[in-house]
Amino acid sequence: MNPITVPSISYFTMAPMLVLFVGSVLLMAAASLLRHRLPEVVSTATSVLLGLGALVVSILQWDHLIRHGSSSTVAGALVLDGFSVFVNITVSCAVILTALVAHDYLARLKFDSAEFHILALLSASGALIMGAANDLVVVFLGLEILSIALYVLVALNRKNEKSAEGALKYFVLGGFSSAVFVYGIALTYGATGSTNLAKMGTYLSANVVHRPGLLLAGIGLLAVGFCFKIAAVPFHMWTPDVYEGAPTPVTGFMAAVAKVGGFVAFLRVFETAFSTQQSTWAPLLYTVALLTTFIGATSAIAQHNVKRMLAYSSINHAGFILLGVVVLTKAGFAGSLYYLFTYSVMAIGTFALLGVLGGARDEDHDLTSYRGLAKRRPGVALSLALLLLAQAGMPFTTGFLAKFGVIEATVAHGEIPLALLAMVSATISAVAYLRVGIVMYATHDVPTPVSDGSSFKDRAEGSLLLEVEPVATTHEVPVAPTTGLAIGICLAVTFYFGIAPGALLDFARQAAQLLR
Amino acid sequence: MSVNPSWFLILSALLFSIGAFGLLIRRNVLVMFMCVELMLNAANLSFVTFSRMLGDIGGQATVFFVLVVAAAEVVVGLGLVVAIFRRRHHAVVDDLSSMKG
Repeated sequence: MNPITVPSISYFTMAPMLVLFVGSVLLMAAASLLRHRLPEVVSTATSVLLGLGALVVSILQWDHLIRHGSSSTVAGALVLDGFSVFVNITVSCAVILTALVAHDYLARLKFDSAEFHILALLSASGALIMGAANDLVVVFLGLEILSIALYVLVALNRKNEKSAEGALKYFVLGGFSSAVFVYGIALTYGATGSTNLAKMGTYLSANVVHRPGLLLAGIGLLAVGFCFKIAAVPFHMWTPDVYEGAPTPVTGFMAAVAKVGGFVAFLRVFETAFSTQQSTWAPLLYTVALLTTFIGATSAIAQHNVKRMLAYSSINHAGFILLGVVVLTKAGFAGSLYYLFTYSVMAIGTFALLGVLGGARDEDHDLTSYRGLAKRRPGVALSLALLLLAQAGMPFTTGFLAKFGVIEATVAHGEIPLALLAMVSATISAVAYLRVGIVMYATHDVPTPVSDGSSFKDRAEGSLLLEVEPVATTHEVPVAPTTGLAIGICLAVTFYFGIAPGALLDFARQAAQLLR
Repeated sequence: MSVNPSWFLILSALLFSIGAFGLLIRRNVLVMFMCVELMLNAANLSFVTFSRMLGDIGGQATVFFVLVVAAAEVVVGLGLVVAIFRRRHHAVVDDLSSMKG
């Protein structure tokens, strides 16, 4: 018998996920051992500090990566490279922002705030595992840690029936997609003899596969599993319902973290293991990307509920990020990574505003309740308008540069029709964003008094008087300092890196270059 | 007596398809959970078969991970069903249609 060899483990590579995971377990222990509910301030502060801790470790990892290059650990199952550090930094930022956003929301709706933070931290650690995983089994484990915590997070609002309904839909379709994913792992394992991405890649570049059907079926099933997670058409049906049903800060968190984890794992699996098979799967993903951008954009226009509209817009964004997977070049990776970071920030900011506008019970998300918002709450309306314009791709915001990056990479790869059609879809989706802006700025919440022959001046005065006491004040929720801080950070990042993009663009480019 | 391993692969493909079709056709949430379990276990059967064919222990080890994940998933799923059951007293997906569009 050979002695069992224990692989060397680099705890430095695993440090960010360990910080979040161990922190969340300790928070859970503290919350369940205490006789009383853990004060909201304590759990929010813990969550923010853990996020900051993970962020600091990730920045140290980046420094190490620049100096010493990428490395793998635990027998090649986890890697420290540009992608993994990029995910670590993005998800840590998302954790901090979400904790700040959720603080006031959880208190307002009287949720158990420790519960939310424990699950969010666990879910984030799953995304980090996906980002660093270099083995399909580890990708699967990360995916499940991410998803199972998210199922519960979506169902967190027990007073709202839609929350449980959304969670169940997410769960059934998520379970289905995981099963498809596992079967995909099994088939590719049978075809290549390994689940390690690097070994699969080496095997496929050195050998002609004698079971091509098995391999292709496996790749297809893996792609289906990923497309479910990133909400690509035709596997997007769950997205609007889940986004609508979930508590609003959870929606923002999900839009950011689940997309980052899913996309980076998608990129890594298809680059490291299946890049030699690109000619077979690229046409399929080409179609999926095209459908995703178009169906996301056109369905977004038809929505009356702002949360559903943003769900479809997130599908449109997923189509853009998918372009980087289709072209599979370094420029495409850089574009996708940049898009993921900037979209995460914009999504968390937008949903934070929606959480405020949703009223005391987080239920008023109909577009009609936004009428005349610019007069009632100019600050909130302006922030929302700016973030939506950034999502639409307005110049001088990161949203513009993100779209520009992926489109540029697509054109450079020679897929000019795809790039053109994607831009057309961006124009269509801009209608959906602008409609919210128009409703906020160009309509009145109070109908003008009946014209009984009084002069225009009188009516204007009448409406001015009416606006002293608007109808909707009873439901209005003030912006709490923590929420305001998070929204401010999101706006600052979106505009600062839109005007002076150098640092963030370089970061994404270097991360794409340093892929192991 | 030895059985040709490809029969096991065919069986696993059949089980997986039954699970997938069941999930799409059946309306009872509990039966849908069972279908997901069937799909996961079909994948496990493939893992073990490939593991034997390739003479590699990795595939058999993977099965344990999949089993643990399946158990964790069902725990959460049943929790969700109970949460819905408390309100409605049955668990049929056709009734879960308050959101559309």
